[in-house]
Amino acid sequence: MRRKIFRGVIVLAVIGLAFLGWAVWMSGILHRSSAESRQVTSTVPAAAAVASQKAWAEPRFASVIARGEYLARAGDCVACHTRRGGAPYAGGLATPTPFGLLYSPNITPDKQYGIGNWTEEEFWRAMHDGIAPGNKLLYPVFPFTHFTRVSRPDVDAIFAYLRSLQPAAQPNHPNEMPFPFNQRSSLVFWRALFFRAGVFKPDAAKSAEWNRGAYLVEGLGHCGMCHSSFNALGATDKNAQLAGGLIPIQRWYAPALNSGTELGLGNWSNDQLATFLKTGVSVHGATYGPMSDVVFHSLQYLSDADLQAMATYLRAQPALVSPTDVQKMEVSPQFAAQLVQQGRQIYVNHCAECHQLDGRGVGEQYPPLAGNPSIAMQPGTNAIRMVLLGGFQPGTKGNPRPYSMPPFAQMLNDHDVAAVVSYIRQAWGNNAPAVSPAVVTRFRQVPE
Amino acid sequence: MRGVFLLALLAVGVSGIALAQTGRQEMRPEPAPGQATKVSTSLRQRIAACTACHGAYGQGGGSGGYAPRIGGKPVGYLYHQLQNFRDGRRTYPLMTWMVQYLPDAYMKEIAQYFSEQSPPEITPQQPMVTAATLDLGRKLATMGDPARGVPACMACHGNNLMGVQPDVPGLIGLSNDYISAQLGAFKQGIRRTKEPDCMHEVTAKLDGAEIGAVAAWLSSQPVPAGARPQPVGSVKFPLRCGSIDGDG
Repeated sequence: MRRKIFRGVIVLAVIGLAFLGWAVWMSGILHRSSAESRQVTSTVPAAAAVASQKAWAEPRFASVIARGEYLARAGDCVACHTRRGGAPYAGGLATPTPFGLLYSPNITPDKQYGIGNWTEEEFWRAMHDGIAPGNKLLYPVFPFTHFTRVSRPDVDAIFAYLRSLQPAAQPNHPNEMPFPFNQRSSLVFWRALFFRAGVFKPDAAKSAEWNRGAYLVEGLGHCGMCHSSFNALGATDKNAQLAGGLIPIQRWYAPALNSGTELGLGNWSNDQLATFLKTGVSVHGATYGPMSDVVFHSLQYLSDADLQAMATYLRAQPALVSPTDVQKMEVSPQFAAQLVQQGRQIYVNHCAECHQLDGRGVGEQYPPLAGNPSIAMQPGTNAIRMVLLGGFQPGTKGNPRPYSMPPFAQMLNDHDVAAVVSYIRQAWGNNAPAVSPAVVTRFRQVPE
Repeated sequence: MRGVFLLALLAVGVSGIALAQTGRQEMRPEPAPGQATKVSTSLRQRIAACTACHGAYGQGGGSGGYAPRIGGKPVGYLYHQLQNFRDGRRTYPLMTWMVQYLPDAYMKEIAQYFSEQSPPEITPQQPMVTAATLDLGRKLATMGDPARGVPACMACHGNNLMGVQPDVPGLIGLSNDYISAQLGAFKQGIRRTKEPDCMHEVTAKLDGAEIGAVAAWLSSQPVPAGARPQPVGSVKFPLRCGSIDGDG
């Protein structure tokens, strides 16, 4: 008997050790540097890898630094690595996640708090493998699952740009995460399950433009970080990439980026989509919420060719029907009919002047509500929030004096907001279910 | 005469019931469908989000009376506040939400628009405080407390308290709640300016009762007819302020 138990324990221990070994191996932590790293020759002179701040300022690096700046824009690094009113790239911005509050680190070349002592190789490993110096596993809120697709010369150029910045002596803020998520070693398992390192490989069957778009969208653009659904462990759903999803905690719903006509980009032209990414406005609608942040800090700076490539790739994605597209009733049919009826008068009084009685809006100034996925998609919380908060279109080079929508939070009670949102979700063929006043209550807080 | 008054009262009452029955919404005639739609390109059209609470002339009063009167305030002051909301030196989530993706040039244009407005006069509030409190507020606002190094509001904000071009705001025409919230926020360091933060230095020397008294007295003062901020250079400031010399 005792012998049997002993044997059982041994077997379990061996299986456990084998799993741990597999996880550690798969997580890539033991790989010194990956194959791509050795194959591709760096554009930055080797001597510069550990160069001082001064050396990066030399004119011979100017072109690689300029390219790095462009690529850092494409990656929208500044958005997460800058706190409100803080020095750019000095970190300190808190990102709330289901696993705790994570603060972005200082990535200026400050030697004490930033990446002033990092080598080019170490920066590559962080971007490509998600592992910082000292074998520190990085949390996947840093989108290394996407950045691993970025080529070595591009990563080196971004490093050159970051090294050219003014160092900011801003200490890093410790993360606020409960056990076990505060143990970085727990990421060994996460990485084994959800992460494979590997630079983007072009698809020879597709056009050069499609491939450039894929490289930007799947790599630096990390669009899937918001526009895909997440599983319970905070990994994006591989089978529903870019099919849309709820951004955890922030509770904005990021719409599908594919060729679907009802909820996707099927009704757009490539030109319209590329211009929308550059300016934040289009005849199909304007950006709002987190997407305005992306346009403001990142996309407005990209070249027309790159934006066209992204549009080409996105509009070539197959339309998926994900489970989140299933329309659920929040209220009884009788109450829904009452809300819609009351909502129509509220719409006439407060909304029709800009969005028009027929819901078609006016040009790029006032978005159409008819046939607009932001209105009809499930859940209806984006539309509720827009009614409560209003807001400006992002002010971009292509739209420097944006139009705005008044907030209605101070004017309409929860019932009236639910009524008008139910009306616009039902009218003009939108055919989406009514929303409940109880849901409106939960969205009254202004996002920070 | 009394009959007419009663009839009018009745009419108001009946229409009130009618409104209540239609879902408490004021009825507005529906525009005819298919009308050619043109949107004004004016700034006022673009900034509907601002005027919803602050009024088309910046008269304030939205959000339950809290939204401050900004019409006619000095342009530099208004511009800096938009930047302060963007950069976190002022905390009011809805304002930050509104301005966080606006370019500086556009912020300047919006500030210019409101600074040029002459909002209608309003009847000041009658604060629910004792005469002694009101008197304390008046003394602090007009004379300060030299023994403690507290300058009078007037020493910087102008003799008529309507501000000084281009960076010092007027203090008249604002609600009691708004003024006391701002002074409290300065004292706690929640509302900040660029360094040196002179408003923090001043409010740090005041206690809660004194802040309440100053807010009560300021909010009870009528806006002088045709009052504008004093011209540039008309005041010698007793303190150094980042909000004046520090461009913010």
